[in-house]
Amino acid sequence: MSAVPAAPHPVSDESAVKLRLLLTPPRPRTGWRIVPARILAMCVVELQKLRHDRTELYTRAVQPALWLLIFGETFTRIRAIPTGGIPYLDYLAPGIIAQSAMFIAIFYGIMIIWERDSGVLTKLLVTPTPRAALVTGKAFAAGVKSVIQAVVVIVIAALLGVALTWNPLRLLGVAVIVVLGSAFFSCLSMSIAGIVLTRDRLMGIGQAITMPLFFGSNALYPVAVMPGWLQAISKVNPLSYEVDALRGLLLRSPSHLGTDYAVLVVAAALGIAAASALLGRLAR
Amino acid sequence: MTAVDAEAEQEKEPEEEQQDEQAVRCDGLEYSFGATRAVDRLDLEVRPGEVFGLLGPNGAGKTTAMRAITTLLPVPAGMVQVFGRDCSREPMAVRRLLGYVPQQLSADSGLTGRENVALFARVFDVSRRERAARVAEALAAVGLTEAADRLAGTYSGGMVRRLELAQALVSAPRLLILDEPTIGLDPIARTSVWECIAQVRAATGMTVLVTTHYMDEADQYCDRVALMHHGRIRALGTPQELKAGLSATGEGDGDPRAVTLEDVFRHYSGSGLDGHGTATEDGGDFRDVRRTRRTASRVG
Repeated sequence: MSAVPAAPHPVSDESAVKLRLLLTPPRPRTGWRIVPARILAMCVVELQKLRHDRTELYTRAVQPALWLLIFGETFTRIRAIPTGGIPYLDYLAPGIIAQSAMFIAIFYGIMIIWERDSGVLTKLLVTPTPRAALVTGKAFAAGVKSVIQAVVVIVIAALLGVALTWNPLRLLGVAVIVVLGSAFFSCLSMSIAGIVLTRDRLMGIGQAITMPLFFGSNALYPVAVMPGWLQAISKVNPLSYEVDALRGLLLRSPSHLGTDYAVLVVAAALGIAAASALLGRLAR
Repeated sequence: MTAVDAEAEQEKEPEEEQQDEQAVRCDGLEYSFGATRAVDRLDLEVRPGEVFGLLGPNGAGKTTAMRAITTLLPVPAGMVQVFGRDCSREPMAVRRLLGYVPQQLSADSGLTGRENVALFARVFDVSRRERAARVAEALAAVGLTEAADRLAGTYSGGMVRRLELAQALVSAPRLLILDEPTIGLDPIARTSVWECIAQVRAATGMTVLVTTHYMDEADQYCDRVALMHHGRIRALGTPQELKAGLSATGEGDGDPRAVTLEDVFRHYSGSGLDGHGTATEDGGDFRDVRRTRRTASRVG
């Protein structure tokens, strides 16, 4: 067996690889510029994955379609829920947008555990990416995916005859709300992942929290018809603020847009802080 | 100090630094998981430009040491430096010097080879102007130009490993860290991965730190190897030195020329059957073994 000499070999024989660009390291970005660059990188990856495999896009459209078709159509006829004069299907549509966006985001904790197990996360943590930037990148990637999902639900709702706004500014507002909401829920999920550390436990917890979050919000019925204790839960549930904003933007119904945006921004920021702090536990 | 002095000082400094600057320096590194001391006052120096093999049985502390060097673990006691940069005080600066390939096959199967490499170009701040060319060069360096636009999920185990090398190379690291790069690969893929590493090292002069369980690979491709056991280095030198050292003690079987690195490994880490060895077998924690098996099953 031959030994390899310690000194770097000169490139001599023809089979040797020729490297030009890879001899100099790239010029590092510094300071605040790192975060938007990492967010962009994560979002690009998410879009590239969706481009290669659109199955998830189609299968995830089934559930909201069923909610609108079955639950929405039925309760529109029953007229059991006071919606302030608008058809129940219209009232429900923003709630279903928020719900399907949340379901996508809640999956991110499982994804990050999968990435930990497969070495992808470890490898990303050894790049010049601060943990907060990595988490923010993932949160926004969840947001991008949720916006695409929201577009699908809006199209389904429009096909079912829901009178939604087509004002581009309002739709932009919808996208911002969906991104913020998904950022919070994905960070909630990643934080729990950082605590429980295994996929099995997280799946159980994910199942256990998504439905209470959904039913404990104003997605299906107004807060006014809830019992007192559920109203209290709904008050601290960011999903309620997301739904309220979506209703205000899409249906022009009375809402508290200022509060909604503020709550979602604060919730997303807290979520990012918590998930970043707990990410280290996953890396160990 | 005048401006000229300051300038001269500036010019001098990096040179001085370079002289005693080791690629990796661990001084008294300690790390414990609960009551288990995984790394026990480890001193280690890796010289610039060499291929350094870290060997040892499961649970010897290799991976823990690697994780401290890659800034993944905090350094509770002792010091770890990469090219003079402290891993706990300047983790970001250290990471910019590193290319890291973990033990698991970590390429994203939902992306093409090119997209996998481009992601790492992005997170290492390669400018948009240079990105496509750099990514193409990294892919060419590992012989994946033709397969670059296929999904990584369709790659063989050896191809995934080479793709991971390309991911690590795209940022022109000074230190390439490979954690069991050939685990679970067939002999032909193992050779191709090692040839790839050797070629890239030859073209760039980068330092390579590698852990492996395959003694023949360490013997053939590493300039120096360290044998770790119970969190410390028990033997250090070129493969020839270690083999010669063992045959001099007369413990090798028969002919001194027939001593292999595997004999050296057995000598320092126990056969696995004596009292010493029981600890060895228990040493590889469950997660470690499970991860290895999973990697092996994914490689096929």
